[in-house]
Amino acid sequence: MRISLYQKGLFYFLLIAASVLMFFPIVYAVLASLMTSEEIMTGKLFPASFRFDNFTLALKSVPLMKFMLNSLIISLTVMLGQIIVCCLAAYAIVFIPFKGRNFIFFLLISTMMIPWEATMIPNYLTIVGLNWVNTYQGLSLPFFALAFGVFLLRQHFLTLPHELHESAQLEGCGRLRYLVSFVIPLSMPMLSALGVYGFLTTWNMYLWPLLTTTNNNVRTVQIGLKMMQAQETNTNWPVVMAGVVIVLVPTLLFLFLSLKQLRRGLMSGALKG
Amino acid sequence: MSPIGKDLPRNKDSGLRLLTVGLLYLSPMLIFMLVFTFYPMLKTLYYSFYTTNAHGIPVLFVGLDNYIQLFQSDSFLTSLRGTFLYVLYTVPLGVAIAFFLAIISSERLRGIQFFRVIFSSTIGVSVAAGSMIFLFLFHPSIGFLNHVLDWIGLAPIHWLTNPKWALISVAATSVWMGIGFNYIILLGGIQGIPEDMYESAKIDGAGYWVRLFRITLPMVSPTLFFVIIVTVIHSFQSFGQIDILTKGGPAESTNLIVYSIYQNAFIHYKFGIASAQAIILFLIVLIATIIQFKVGEKKVHYQ
Repeated sequence: MRISLYQKGLFYFLLIAASVLMFFPIVYAVLASLMTSEEIMTGKLFPASFRFDNFTLALKSVPLMKFMLNSLIISLTVMLGQIIVCCLAAYAIVFIPFKGRNFIFFLLISTMMIPWEATMIPNYLTIVGLNWVNTYQGLSLPFFALAFGVFLLRQHFLTLPHELHESAQLEGCGRLRYLVSFVIPLSMPMLSALGVYGFLTTWNMYLWPLLTTTNNNVRTVQIGLKMMQAQETNTNWPVVMAGVVIVLVPTLLFLFLSLKQLRRGLMSGALKG
Repeated sequence: MSPIGKDLPRNKDSGLRLLTVGLLYLSPMLIFMLVFTFYPMLKTLYYSFYTTNAHGIPVLFVGLDNYIQLFQSDSFLTSLRGTFLYVLYTVPLGVAIAFFLAIISSERLRGIQFFRVIFSSTIGVSVAAGSMIFLFLFHPSIGFLNHVLDWIGLAPIHWLTNPKWALISVAATSVWMGIGFNYIILLGGIQGIPEDMYESAKIDGAGYWVRLFRITLPMVSPTLFFVIIVTVIHSFQSFGQIDILTKGGPAESTNLIVYSIYQNAFIHYKFGIASAQAIILFLIVLIATIIQFKVGEKKVHYQ
């Protein structure tokens, strides 16, 4: 829509006001992480000088770097696991014309209706039974089968030219080779969308790591933040905010860099769902 | 996995062979689904008819007693009422704000990309990080919100410990954290509207508001509906913000359904009751999803 100069001004005013309000909690967390306790008490908005001591203190109080590494390992594992499992499943549903594939697709999609929390008690008992508490596999394997991922990839695979598949088969190109050397390269945008989605949701996961971790070896950053809160009765807020900032900055950077992929993934889920 | 089908001419692709190959490719998916979705879902249903000991082993079949007990307990009814109230607080407001942001940032203006990134940003804020920031903002004596109240001469509010305010405060936190996701989808919906619809409306002399209400709103309504349903489902599943902000208190006013499941199962080791609650949660989500499908079918007609 083309708009007048007056409208333009109005839009910029609204945009700026909304941005300030929206981003305020994050900005305030960053500012608070640079303040002294006294400055927090008096309700200052800006620190008199930038103090980075809070960050060193935050890293000393809870092993956030170790937790960050754990989160990274778990998120990457889930991301790769989801991509492989979903790719194979979607490939079978789209390219292998066996009987009952539509039923299986429907069955997989119907699990999107099951809230994860409805299965968490037996899943927890399974993990305990397997002796997988405090392990990376216990934290990541339950999330490999992502029905949404199969849905997303199936929609995309259906748009790939079918003739290509047929001629490749005639020339003796195996299915797995076809998947790896044609389907996957042609689906990179969709796969990266799925990857970003899987990575972010795993990184931000809270309840499952809370249940299945009891020591610092495998804990994730999200649980680290909870620990900072619980540690002292007289919470040192600038230090806690420093911890929040340490956790927040990598995800926000990752989000800003991958926003395009994520939007594409969420959109194709929304418009066809 | 072995190179199935390699060097085999197509005429050997019999039905049985295709089925085997197909299932082989699907097997990782199906195995994970079986172990971590289908089996536990049935197991939850099974547990909901039993009382269990501390190790989660069912000891006594009680039929529907767990359900009856739940619907007769004030605690569960409070939790259910709180959950529905919370959904009512978060969904309309959260979707409305995201929609407003999507509308003002769908114009082609210089630097619009910057605003779009800002409005999407909360999708990168984890529940734990977002809740910690709000825990700080809500702090009764040093929190920023009460500093603001102080500046304008109002009495401080105990945001998280006053039963009147706690649920609203938790809901406000959730609204803020949910904006990014809703915004991204709604903006995509608005951008999917063909430009020429606006052009022809403009030739007909339609002003900004007419275009907004006659074109944008109807065209984006399927997306809007999708966002509402997803937000409703998501709201029913809220946990982290409650665990960090209020732990279900004060006076159980924020003891929403998933938090209540967590407490019953993992604090009190009442797996039977907790499983019955989980089944009720499942049914609520199921109903929300069915509504989405029903209305989703209709949307195909007018496009």
